[in-house]
Amino acid sequence: MNLPPFSRKPSCVSRALAHDSAARHVSGEAPYVDDGLPLTEQSYVCIGSSARAHGTLVELDLEAVRKAEGVIDVISADDIPGETDIGPVFPGDPLFATDTVEYVGQPLFAVAATSLKLARKAVSLARIRIEEMPPVLDLDSAIAQQLHVRPPHTMSRGEADSALGASPCRIAGFMKVGGQEHFYLEGQASLAVSGENGCVTVHCSTQNPSEVQKAVAEVLGIPFNRVDVVTRRMGGGFGGKETQAAAWACIAALFALRTNRAVSCRLSRHDDMVMTGKRHNFKNSYDAGFDAEGRIQAIRYQLAAQCGYSPDLSDAIVDRAMFHCDNAYYLPNVTIDGVRCKTHTVSNTAFRGFGGPQGMIAMETVIDEIAYRCRKDPLEIRKLNFYDTKERSRTPYHQQIEHFNLPGIVDQLESECQYLARRQSIREFNLCNPVIKKGLSLTPVKFGISFSITHLNQSGALVHLYSDGSIHLNHGGTEMGQGLMIKIAQIVSEVFATDPENVVISPTRTDKVPNTPPTAASSGTDLNGMAARNAALTIRERLIDFLAEKHATEKSRIVFTPVGVRIGDELLSLAQAARQAWLSRISLSATGFYRTPKVHYDRPSASGRPFFYFANGAAASEVAIDTLTGECRLLRTDILHDVGQSINPAVDIGQIEGGYIQGLGWLTCEELKWDGTGRLLSDSPATYKIPAIGDIPPVFNVRLLEDCPNEEETIFRSKAVGEPPLMLAISAWCAIRDAIGAIRDHEVFPRLNAPATPEEILRVVNEVRNAP
Amino acid sequence: MISFILNRSPVSLELVRPDITVLEYLREHRYMRGTKEGCASGDCGACTAVMAEPGNGSLEYRNFNSCITFLGALHAKQLITVEHLKENGRLHPVQQAMVEQHGSQCGFCTPGFVMSLFSLYKSCQTGIAGTDAGSIKEYLSGNLCRCTGYFPIVRAAEQALADCESDRFDRSVERVRQTLIDLDDPPVADSSRFHSPDTASELARLRNRHPDARLLAGGTDLALEVTQQCRDIGRIIYLGRVRELGAVRRSERRIEIGATVTLDRLEKILGTDFPELLPMLRRFGSRQIRNLGTIGGNLANASPIADLPPVLIALGATCALQSTGGVRSMLLEDYFVGYRQTALRGNEFIRSVDIPLPPDTATLKVCKISKRFDDDISSVCLAALITIEDGTTTGIRVAFGGMAATPKRALHCEAALSGQPFDRDTIERAKAALGQDFEPISDVRASAAYRLEVAGNLLERIGLELSGAAVPTRVDQI
Repeated sequence: MNLPPFSRKPSCVSRALAHDSAARHVSGEAPYVDDGLPLTEQSYVCIGSSARAHGTLVELDLEAVRKAEGVIDVISADDIPGETDIGPVFPGDPLFATDTVEYVGQPLFAVAATSLKLARKAVSLARIRIEEMPPVLDLDSAIAQQLHVRPPHTMSRGEADSALGASPCRIAGFMKVGGQEHFYLEGQASLAVSGENGCVTVHCSTQNPSEVQKAVAEVLGIPFNRVDVVTRRMGGGFGGKETQAAAWACIAALFALRTNRAVSCRLSRHDDMVMTGKRHNFKNSYDAGFDAEGRIQAIRYQLAAQCGYSPDLSDAIVDRAMFHCDNAYYLPNVTIDGVRCKTHTVSNTAFRGFGGPQGMIAMETVIDEIAYRCRKDPLEIRKLNFYDTKERSRTPYHQQIEHFNLPGIVDQLESECQYLARRQSIREFNLCNPVIKKGLSLTPVKFGISFSITHLNQSGALVHLYSDGSIHLNHGGTEMGQGLMIKIAQIVSEVFATDPENVVISPTRTDKVPNTPPTAASSGTDLNGMAARNAALTIRERLIDFLAEKHATEKSRIVFTPVGVRIGDELLSLAQAARQAWLSRISLSATGFYRTPKVHYDRPSASGRPFFYFANGAAASEVAIDTLTGECRLLRTDILHDVGQSINPAVDIGQIEGGYIQGLGWLTCEELKWDGTGRLLSDSPATYKIPAIGDIPPVFNVRLLEDCPNEEETIFRSKAVGEPPLMLAISAWCAIRDAIGAIRDHEVFPRLNAPATPEEILRVVNEVRNAP
Repeated sequence: MISFILNRSPVSLELVRPDITVLEYLREHRYMRGTKEGCASGDCGACTAVMAEPGNGSLEYRNFNSCITFLGALHAKQLITVEHLKENGRLHPVQQAMVEQHGSQCGFCTPGFVMSLFSLYKSCQTGIAGTDAGSIKEYLSGNLCRCTGYFPIVRAAEQALADCESDRFDRSVERVRQTLIDLDDPPVADSSRFHSPDTASELARLRNRHPDARLLAGGTDLALEVTQQCRDIGRIIYLGRVRELGAVRRSERRIEIGATVTLDRLEKILGTDFPELLPMLRRFGSRQIRNLGTIGGNLANASPIADLPPVLIALGATCALQSTGGVRSMLLEDYFVGYRQTALRGNEFIRSVDIPLPPDTATLKVCKISKRFDDDISSVCLAALITIEDGTTTGIRVAFGGMAATPKRALHCEAALSGQPFDRDTIERAKAALGQDFEPISDVRASAAYRLEVAGNLLERIGLELSGAAVPTRVDQI
């Protein structure tokens, strides 16, 4: 294997170091955007929004708002000096609605006041008149009326229709999968401070400082170089702060320039839940043909997503659903139609997995249904249909599968979790228990790593080595809890063989590292780690050149070690080496840059290599359901996951555990509900329930796959881990179906939707029970 | 004037606004920004702080939601925030364990978790709480984390509780306790817009004088008007210091529970007589809510989805309503008169709830169904008191929450069950009768059809349990 430099047993990389902020997190000393001491004359923003889902804004009278106590400034669309649309890829997201309103909660105006409470009170004084138009609120209606935010797109390989006709067995159906509220614990927040010469600095809780910079500059009508966006940390992001942090930053910045004050725009939990987009809900229809063994011969999918009122990132999100509706299985003949439906609801956006989970769950549903039809254990059908790296190795988008280690992962997990023995004891349990039924499922995850939009696969870093040997690190990635900063500090300290404590992590800033992608698509470490390593290597090379010359020795005799820089028999501390270099006028600051190799994708022909590599894993989950009430408990979960050569096993396991439970929430207790007028009913944590501590299974075993460095040349041969584990929770949802199926000895396929709330489970229990 | 200790410093202040919350005070008045606002509705726990007050000859430490607790409730208590746990730069054992077990990711919920862990740690030291997994989950049930999946936090709790060594707080217990006792010089009732009477008769007089005032017990519901609806509450009468309202009296036949007895205390008071109630009480709100929320509050706000009323109605409880005119008593089932409406008159307050102890032959059954197991509002809540003699149901009271505009007895259902064997045929008839008793609504928690079906199925569950069949009937038994 052609390992990159520094493949010797690493000292900093691969250690389970604590999150760099852990000690400050636990003592309340890690500040978030809203935690700074108030600046002089700071003002606070509240947003006024539409109470109607669809209509024409005929009157927006803000006189009473302007006169209200404490109000400093009020803005609406007319006050925007520059671009009025902040759509990130395609237009369609007005900062403030003007003529047409398209969802309940759409911003119409904003108020800045001396306190948040006064701003909130002032907002309620607006006189708003909207002439209503009939809204389209649900996915089925949008599908029927062919309302789209972007044109449909199709991927295909082989001849699905003729192969379907020729298949000995055939199933067809659909499943609905719900959306998901991000519920980052820290809501959207921005603080804008105006500077000299028309410049503005925005402290923003965002995964995408460069995008916020662009949006703010365009809204203000000023060049990008007058806007600095700073992100130290987010209290959670999960995709919700990829594009949808921008509006609040723009509003804060506009107020800051107009009033020459510091302006805080932080959404209340209610406003955050109502005004910002969520994970897309999907309706996935399938028509699949297979042989008597259960081997798939052809499949035709329609994946329809509810995008809300505007495109936002929906094109790429539905594409990723399409990229993942094969999951780990070879589909010899396949056609996938991806439909981007428009409704008069908030614009749905990125959420961990980015459509991938919604596609993958369709495939696992098909597999389960084939198993029912063939009267086999679903795990057998899964194994039978796995990709290999020979004939059965082309994805529906024509990427060649290489290095496919999932069959081994599944075999190892099957044996470690005692799948067969437990399957047997569950069968016995179900035979003698009329009310409580148990279910078990083992499902794989294959998740493509890279932005499917090729140009986003780049990032930069900036590293300074000071003359005392201490290191300052900056890069394009943002910290939202995923441990990116400590991983990259480990990478940089590895280059200098210094202690990670010697590397100071600084806030992500657009004036330090420009033109960055969002921290998204699980790519944070892959992109920024490589960029930071390149920056550090540049400085290291300069030091080596300088020391070799100064000490008149071979470059190969200069070695960076944990005790210092060895130059032949001499030993200098890193500080001494840095100081000598500085005195000799050697630059100790460098930028680093990285772009992912090999990736390309031609969307018109839906073919190429959108993914550098795949992250793999598998989970086995066991549940118990109550067939009288639909209540459900998760009893045990076993996970085996492939993170390549881990840069920080503690961080990686944290991502797996957290991703699994977040996915579990999406598929069980988290239910978004709207009323008939388009108003979100599940608009608070009292009505929208993310998993609590009581929902975690009493037995939970997570292991990282050992001795499996990434075959591709990624940073220290690691693999991305942010999103893939979320989809491990599909095993729990399939286990619920398995438990329901036990009512009729798995003769009737339970047409379960997600989320599997108690009500949904009871509905399907009845359906199965009453089936002919 | 109210007085309390903020971490180590005594504070006395005039409540210019009686509706200022503890979180607002900390973040906006003291600029202590370690305590976070996640939801401002008591649902996420990011704002969790701890209050310590004298009890059991020592100090009792309780976690609570600072976002929905009015500052006035802190009088004569110590408020402990996350900034105070470190000593000379050294992390407290619960903090250290969180670091070592990788218990924080984004870190925003972390101060709240740390404070809940701290209250658990202190409660374990004094034996109030256990160190087992159940206790850990119970103490952390009101803290949401979106990043970790809770596993490392459970491991941190296990690590910290393994030895529960003495901490800095132990050294100052006596001093703090004495200071708090000294501070407990009650505020003068009419000196401000925050009244804090000591006796029921004083409360009755205040209630007469200030008909506009809002009564505050735990405040877990009232505070939402301020934080969610942006309303001002101009005058508050705080019930927490009224002696009679905090009292519990037990006789051979009855238990009389003062209106301000917290749900946490209720667990101990009712646990031995009604063990069937315990699983539900442990899922009632969160630990933080149970530490402040009261039995009286659960009745006064008259929510149709409150969990205690069905139980109390099934038990045949009465409530005592007091005013300057005296005390009157009424059956709880008569107290709820309409959606969020009660028989309470403008000048009255709930003094106590009186629960008759059922005969040994009676069995209490309680079922709470919700979308999420912990800290969630019921879609359906059933409570039934059943007496079966010689195979026949001779006594039956069934009450439901979540099925009507008020918590309500299912009289038709009771009639179908009464005098019959609790068998399949009877249950089918009782199920059908529920359709006459209730026309439930569809809302964010469940549809009407689901509610009605589950209500009937719960009768089936109870029937199975009463039949003595040796099969599990609830998922939490697995």
